[in-house]
Amino acid sequence: MTDDQHTGDPGKAPPASVDLKAEFRSSGVAEILDELDRELIGLKPVKQRIRETAALLLVDRARRQMGLATETPTLHMSFTGNPGTGKTTVALKMAGLLHRLGYVRKGHLVSVTRDDLVGQYIGHTAPKTREVLKKAMGGVLFIDEAYYLYKPDNERDYGQEAIEILLQVMENNRDDLVVIMAGYADKMDRFFSANPGFRSRIAHHIEFPDYSDSELLRISETMLEAQNYRFDTDARRAMADYIGLRRAQPHFANARSIRNALDRARLRQANRLFESADGPLDAAALSTITEADIRASRVFSGGLDVDRAARAAAE
Amino acid sequence: MRITQGCFSFLPDLTDEQISAQIEYCLSREWAIGIEFTDDPHPRNTYWEMWGNPMFDLKDAKGVMMELDECRKLHGGKYIRINAFDDMRGFETVMMSFIVNRPAEEPRIDMVRTDVRSRSQSYSWRVAG
Repeated sequence: MTDDQHTGDPGKAPPASVDLKAEFRSSGVAEILDELDRELIGLKPVKQRIRETAALLLVDRARRQMGLATETPTLHMSFTGNPGTGKTTVALKMAGLLHRLGYVRKGHLVSVTRDDLVGQYIGHTAPKTREVLKKAMGGVLFIDEAYYLYKPDNERDYGQEAIEILLQVMENNRDDLVVIMAGYADKMDRFFSANPGFRSRIAHHIEFPDYSDSELLRISETMLEAQNYRFDTDARRAMADYIGLRRAQPHFANARSIRNALDRARLRQANRLFESADGPLDAAALSTITEADIRASRVFSGGLDVDRAARAAAE
Repeated sequence: MRITQGCFSFLPDLTDEQISAQIEYCLSREWAIGIEFTDDPHPRNTYWEMWGNPMFDLKDAKGVMMELDECRKLHGGKYIRINAFDDMRGFETVMMSFIVNRPAEEPRIDMVRTDVRSRSQSYSWRVAG
């Protein structure tokens, strides 16, 4: 197994100088960072941290080419933030970034949760965890809501076994895979303090802030655009109101809540068209979300979002 | 006596690096990799013991090498081979199979002649410990 394809030929003399700008362009890292800027709205601190990480890795790679460093840096990361703040999306980009820089060989992302790692009976956990690890080799293993692995109130919980295997692989196979753990900030903190092994093996902690209302509005517009829908002016205002109200209600999940709201708005729009239209419809009518489609949401009457879809369908 | 079965068996034993490279090739063709071991190298013994389940959906050879290392730990004194299975409609068969581990001292295989009806002979092989 070659662990360093980027340290170059052992027979070749190390280069005397390195052009970081050229490296930056040729490695394709720039594209990924641009993509990140273009596709993700907001998330300033996250983008900043990723830029810094990319710079660090680029410099590290150059140092290795010149023979100044030999160790693979620890690349395991933790992404903390509320649901729907783009952790999985960024992890996907991170996998691409690490692949371009040559820190992982294949650059695929394997996304798992507790259920994929922890077994149901004695002797079930180890093979299950190993199975996932084998699939993640050469790429990035993304463990969503990692703190569920550790359940302190049940000492016979099999999560501990998965944690031990993970720690071992994170230490021994640093060349082969990068582990990203994600979850709510406070729960992750508790998880790390109960498992100091993880804390010391994770080099990069990246925090994902909540989106602001204006960012969420822009996100909603981009989401609609991607599906060839658009708001009319009133609907846009209604959406802004919706975001303000929705944030105050329970189970708010940032961009994910927005996506769900839009899905339901589309459902209402389809129903409205179906019931009100008696002539031919043009493309604009088919792709415009109006104020009524948004205002019908239960969020405006202060209710929970449970079975809103069903209600909307019944309307 | 050196057993020659499967691919590469007339070559010197593959190094781990070479095995990885071969597995990378198999994975690039989207074949499933299985590890099998046996202590009976008789050519007619097609049923070797499976080491775990065949591995699907791997992206990198390292995953297989991990299993191979585990298998060597337990069965280092036996034959271990790697099979690559193609599930493509029309093939659905093992496309590549090669030995990756041999016992330090390989058993001898003797030929046995048996007289049968009217001086004709039948030949068979016997693994002599």
